[in-house]
Amino acid sequence: MLTPVVLSGAVSSFDLLAWSSPGWGATLVAGLWNTCLIAFGAYALGLLIGVAGAFGKLYGGPVTRDFLGVYTTLVRAVPELVLLLIMNFAVRDLINQAMLAMGYGRVELSGVAIGIIILGVVQGAYSTEVLRGAILSVPAGQIEAARAMGMSPTLLARRITLPLMAAAAVPGLANLWLTVTKDTALLSVLGFIELTKATSLAAQTTKAFFTFYLAAGVLYLALSLVSVVIFGRIERWARKGQRTLEGGAH
Amino acid sequence: MKKILLAAIAAIALGGVANAEAVKIGIDTSPYPPFASPDPDGNWSGWEIDIIHAVCKAAELECVITPTAWDGMIPSLTGGQIDAIMASMSITEERKKVIDFSDKYYNTPTSLLVPKGSTLKPTPDALKGKAISAQVSTIQEAYIKAHFPDSDLKTYQTVDEGFQDVAAGRVDASLADSIAIDGFLATDAGKACCENAGPVADDPTILGAGVGVGLRKGDPLKEKFNAAIKKIREDGTYDAITKKYFSSSIYGG
Amino acid sequence: MLEFFRPLHRQVLAVIAVLTIWACAHYLNWDWLTQYRGEIISGIWITIWMTIASMVLGMVLATMLGLAQAAGPRWLALPARTYCTIIRGTPLLLQLYLLYYGLGWYFSGQPEIRQSIFWPILKAAPPYGLLALTLSVAGYEGEVMRGAFKGVPHGQLEAARAMGVPRFTAFRRIWLPQALHRALPTIGGETVLQMKSTPLLAMITIMDLYGVLNRVRRDTLLTYEPLLLLALIYMILAGLLVLFFRWLENRLPQRTA
Repeated sequence: MLTPVVLSGAVSSFDLLAWSSPGWGATLVAGLWNTCLIAFGAYALGLLIGVAGAFGKLYGGPVTRDFLGVYTTLVRAVPELVLLLIMNFAVRDLINQAMLAMGYGRVELSGVAIGIIILGVVQGAYSTEVLRGAILSVPAGQIEAARAMGMSPTLLARRITLPLMAAAAVPGLANLWLTVTKDTALLSVLGFIELTKATSLAAQTTKAFFTFYLAAGVLYLALSLVSVVIFGRIERWARKGQRTLEGGAH
Repeated sequence: MKKILLAAIAAIALGGVANAEAVKIGIDTSPYPPFASPDPDGNWSGWEIDIIHAVCKAAELECVITPTAWDGMIPSLTGGQIDAIMASMSITEERKKVIDFSDKYYNTPTSLLVPKGSTLKPTPDALKGKAISAQVSTIQEAYIKAHFPDSDLKTYQTVDEGFQDVAAGRVDASLADSIAIDGFLATDAGKACCENAGPVADDPTILGAGVGVGLRKGDPLKEKFNAAIKKIREDGTYDAITKKYFSSSIYGG
Repeated sequence: MLEFFRPLHRQVLAVIAVLTIWACAHYLNWDWLTQYRGEIISGIWITIWMTIASMVLGMVLATMLGLAQAAGPRWLALPARTYCTIIRGTPLLLQLYLLYYGLGWYFSGQPEIRQSIFWPILKAAPPYGLLALTLSVAGYEGEVMRGAFKGVPHGQLEAARAMGVPRFTAFRRIWLPQALHRALPTIGGETVLQMKSTPLLAMITIMDLYGVLNRVRRDTLLTYEPLLLLALIYMILAGLLVLFFRWLENRLPQRTA
C-alpha cells in the first residue's frame, strides 16, 4: 500500500539528497558525523564510569556502594529525555559556577561536549550493571586455581579475570552501544544538531518529510548494522580459546 | 599519541573558545521564515539575521549566531550559554520577571491561519471547541489559554509544524505571528490550503510590546543594543533591510 | 525495613536525604502545584494508559513475530526478522516523526480518507503515538519471544504430539504459556523501558506527563522545579511497575519437576 508512494516520493525528491547545495546530503552526513562523535564519546565515558562503578559496587565501602546504588537506580528509573533535559541545564550551570568560583570566566562547551557528558552519565549507570554482572560471572574456581599456581595479582587479572570478564561483557556492551547511538536522537529535542535535528531542519525547510525521515532511517540502520558486524567480530575474538556453549553442553 | 588525543578532546570540548569574547546571539534552531531560515550549508539568512548583523555592526560588537532550542532559550540566557536572544521573542511581563529586554525592533500583530473557505474568526465564540495550534512557549500559546479557554490547544515544537497540521486538516486553525502566516501563505503548500482570518483582539499584557533583544538582568549590553537599534532606525539601514523582505514596515506603532 | 537502616552510614545518608528533600520543598518554588494539579493527574493517566496499551498490543504482535522466527517457514521468518532489525536499528523519535508527519501527511492528502468516517481518528495524534509505541515494542519483544519459544524444551511438544493433542491446542496450552513464563522477567524490565520512552509523545502534541510538566516549565519560566517533580513521578511509576512484575512472577507457580 505504502511502498509506491514512498518510492515515488523518494525518486522525485532525490535531488534534495544531493551532496552539495541545494541538496541536503552534506547536512545529513554532517549530522551523522556529530551523532557518531557524541555516541562514541558518551560510550567511552560511560565505560569509564562503568568500570569504576562496577568495582565500587563490588569491592567499595558501604557508603560508596549505597551512592552507586542510588545513581544506577535513579538513572534507570527516569526517562532519558528527562535526565538529559535536567543535566543539560545543570551541567552547564555547575561548570560555569565552578569556573566563576575559581576566578575564571564562563566557558562555552560545545554541543558535542555537553552531549557526550550528559549521555555518558546516563550510559555509565547501564555500563556499571553490565560490567558488574560480567565480573561476577568469572568462576571463582578459575581464580582460585590461578592463585594456587602462584600467579601474581596483575598476571591473574591480565590472564584470567579480564579476558573472562570481557567475553561475558561483550554482548551487553554491544547492546549499550546500539542504545547510545539511538539515544543521541533525543538530543535533537534539546536543540543539538545531530542526525535527527539535521533531518528535521531539512524536512521542514523543504517540506519533503518522507524523503528526509526515510533517508535518516537508512543512515541509522546502516550505523547499527555496521556496529552489529563489528561487535560480532569483537565477540568472536573475546571468546577465543574458550569452550563454546555447544561444546560444554554435550 | 597522547598529545594528539588531548588536543582532539580540547578541540571538541571548546569548539568556540577562540571567540570567548564574542557576544553569542541565540536564535531558534528551527526555521522561522522569513525571519530566519538555514540553507544546506548551515548558513542562516532572513530579515532578523540581517538585523542581527546590522545591530552588531552599529554597536561595534563581535557577534556569533548561536542556534539554541526555543524551548530552552531563556534558561540558556540566564545560564550564560548565550548572551542575547534575537529570536523574535516578544517583550512580555512574564518574561520580564526573569530577563531584561532592549527596546523593540519590530512589532507585528498575531493572526489566525484557517483552511481556505473556513468561516472561523479569531474570536472566543467562533473557536469554541475547535483545535488550535501554536508553537510552544510563545505569546500565541499564552493568548489561546487566556482568551480561548474553550478551545483545544495543541502545542508544536515549531511554528511550521502547526501550519502543516492546519493544511493537513488535523487542527482547525493556527495562531501565529501575522508575518509568519503571510510567509507560509506565500509558499505553494500555503497557497493551496489556507488563508489569513485576520488579527486577534490586542491584549498588551500577553501579546507584549513588540519584539526585543532578550538579555540577562542588569546586563550593560542593554544600552549598547538600544543605541544600536536607534542608530540603524535613523540611518536607513533598518528600512533598507525591511525593503528586501517586506512590502511595508513591520516596526509597528 | 529496620534492618536496612541498621548501619550507621545509612542513618547519616537518610538524614542527608531528608534534609535535601526538605531544602527542595522549602527553597524552591512550588506555588504552581495547585494550579496545575488537574493537568498533571490527567498527564499521569495518559502516560500509564499509553504504556499499558502499547505493551499489550505490542506483545500480541511480538508473539506472532517471535513464532514466525522460531517456527515459521522462511518466507515468514525473513520478513519478521527484517522488521525487528529495522525497528531496533532506528530511533523511536524518528519512527514517531515518520508516522505522524509522514504517514499522517500522506493520509491528509487522500480525499477518500479525508472524507471517510475514520478521519476524526486518523487526524488525531494519539493513534499515531500508540501505533509508534506498539510497533516499537513488537520489534524489541519479537526478539525476546523468539528466544523464549526456542527455549521451551522440544520434548514437551513431541510428547503432546504423541498424545494426539491438536497443534493449535498444544501451542495454546503448552508452548505459549511456557514461552511467556520464560519471557516474563524480561517483559517486566521492558515495560519500564517502554514507560520511559513515552515522553516522546509530547513531540507530536500529546499532553502526557512530560508534556504537561514541560508546559508548566514554559509557563512559569522555572528551570528545575517542574523537571524535578517529573523525575520523581517517573521514579514512583517505575517502582510500582517493578513491584507489580515481582508480584506477578511470584504468583505464577514455578514447576521444576
